[in-house]
Amino acid sequence: MIKVNQLNKYFGDLHVLKDIDMNVNRGEVVVVIGPSGSGKTTLLRSLNILETPESGEITIGERSLDFSRPQKKKQLVEFRKQTGMVFQNHNLFPHLTAVQNVMEGPVTVQKTPKTEAKKKAADILNKVGLGDKLDVYPHQLSGGQQQRVGIARALATGVEVILFDEPTSALDPELVADVLDVMKELAEEGMTMVVVTHEMKFAEEVADRVIFMDQGTIVEEGTPDEVFHSTKEPRTQQFLQRIGQ
Amino acid sequence: MKMYLSNLFTNPDMQEKYLDIFTSSFLPLVKGALYYTIPLTLITFAIGIVLAVITALMRLSNVKFFRGVARAYVSIIRGTPLLVQLFIIFFGLPSLGVTISPFYSAIIGFSLNMGAYNSEIIRAAILSIPKGQWEASESIGMTTAQALKRVILPQATRVSIPPLSNSFISLIKDTSLASTITYTEMFRKSQEIAAQNYEFLLVYSEAALIYWMICVALSFVQDRVENRMERYVAK
Ligand SMILES: Nc1ncnc2c1ncn2[C@@H]1O[C@H](COP(=O)(O)OP(=O)(O)OP(=O)(O)O)[C@@H](O)[C@H]1O
Ligand SMILES: [Mg+2]
Repeated sequence: MIKVNQLNKYFGDLHVLKDIDMNVNRGEVVVVIGPSGSGKTTLLRSLNILETPESGEITIGERSLDFSRPQKKKQLVEFRKQTGMVFQNHNLFPHLTAVQNVMEGPVTVQKTPKTEAKKKAADILNKVGLGDKLDVYPHQLSGGQQQRVGIARALATGVEVILFDEPTSALDPELVADVLDVMKELAEEGMTMVVVTHEMKFAEEVADRVIFMDQGTIVEEGTPDEVFHSTKEPRTQQFLQRIGQ
Repeated sequence: MKMYLSNLFTNPDMQEKYLDIFTSSFLPLVKGALYYTIPLTLITFAIGIVLAVITALMRLSNVKFFRGVARAYVSIIRGTPLLVQLFIIFFGLPSLGVTISPFYSAIIGFSLNMGAYNSEIIRAAILSIPKGQWEASESIGMTTAQALKRVILPQATRVSIPPLSNSFISLIKDTSLASTITYTEMFRKSQEIAAQNYEFLLVYSEAALIYWMICVALSFVQDRVENRMERYVAK
């Protein structure tokens, strides 16, 4: 589903992603962990082309982008439509209600008729447990509810891959579970997911594979069990120790 | 001064005379406001907003030529007095064989001004919308134009309403400068009336009063609009 080949990203002189290779199969849940500044967000944003890597290749579904060549804006937009993104601080549209937030993609991008889009949006919000919050503005929702609207918005355009960047780390502890439950449900339905998170319990339970990043490289990857309990990589061990695993 | 005031307070004949002048000039002045000042303001503000949005987008575009043109335009308009601009358009251009009526000269001059000043307001409003809003729009597949139209501009509009209201109120008062290029809006009307009865203080004060009433009414509307726009913002 996703294939990343020799991806490099620089911020000025800072080499943030170094020759990243990565594969994600259809329906797989991959959790990315690693210390702060290791490039997790940048990797995720590159998959959504919110960052433009300097070189390397990304294939998602049928489409491929080779970043060593200049890209047409239109191609990037088309490529991006294959993935949904859930942001750490949700980035909901504050001037739109919950249901309008979710409809926006289908209506504006896919030209779905409004009534149809609204009905579908209501269904999705219902599914993430917000069926009673359709006409409420984001600022009237709790952090956990906002994040679930964010997930609903990402789902609404019928993407096959969803990228999550620390979806729960800005939330109060008691709100985390609701969001993780929604993600778990998505995983069970066979959604392809790449999740940057510090929720190790979630990773153990839901991830098919865990990727550990440090200083712009993928240090190791394996099943949650391999990475969390039987790693031989000193850097992984050190990281797990520090976060108390 | 003393005589004027003592007349005003003690002499019933004078009181009656002043009241007479006041009431007889009130209608022509209000007409001047309704038929000339307010339409001139509304038309130039509308054109000015369109110009301002275009200019703001040009300044934010990544095409260097657009940025340069927009910056030069804003710089020239902001760096020269409005009065001088009006004089160039109305008294200057005829030398090039371009003669424009007082009304259209005023429209052009004030619109260009509004466009330049308001473009700065709109540019700042667009820049004040968090980057995450652009990214969220793009992440659901929107093009830059779609994001601008559906997500950024609606939010920027709310941000720019208070400063744009201020600029609208300034414009109403600035339209009095059109009197200098022989456009008979309210202030020029008051000049004409005062030239006949020599009651400069009274007539000009009356004009001032009418400007003030219009502005008070507008501030009231502005509050209503702002309250309406606040509905989606945490209180
Ligand atoms: N827009 C940017 N401009 C310059 N440097 C950046 C930018 N974004 C990220 N960086 C740098 O790139 C490196 C990787 O950042 P990134 O956000 O990908 O890390 P991360 O693994 O997500 O960290 P965290 O766990 O703190 O979120 C960091 O050193 C960061 O300072
Ligand atoms: Mg990050």
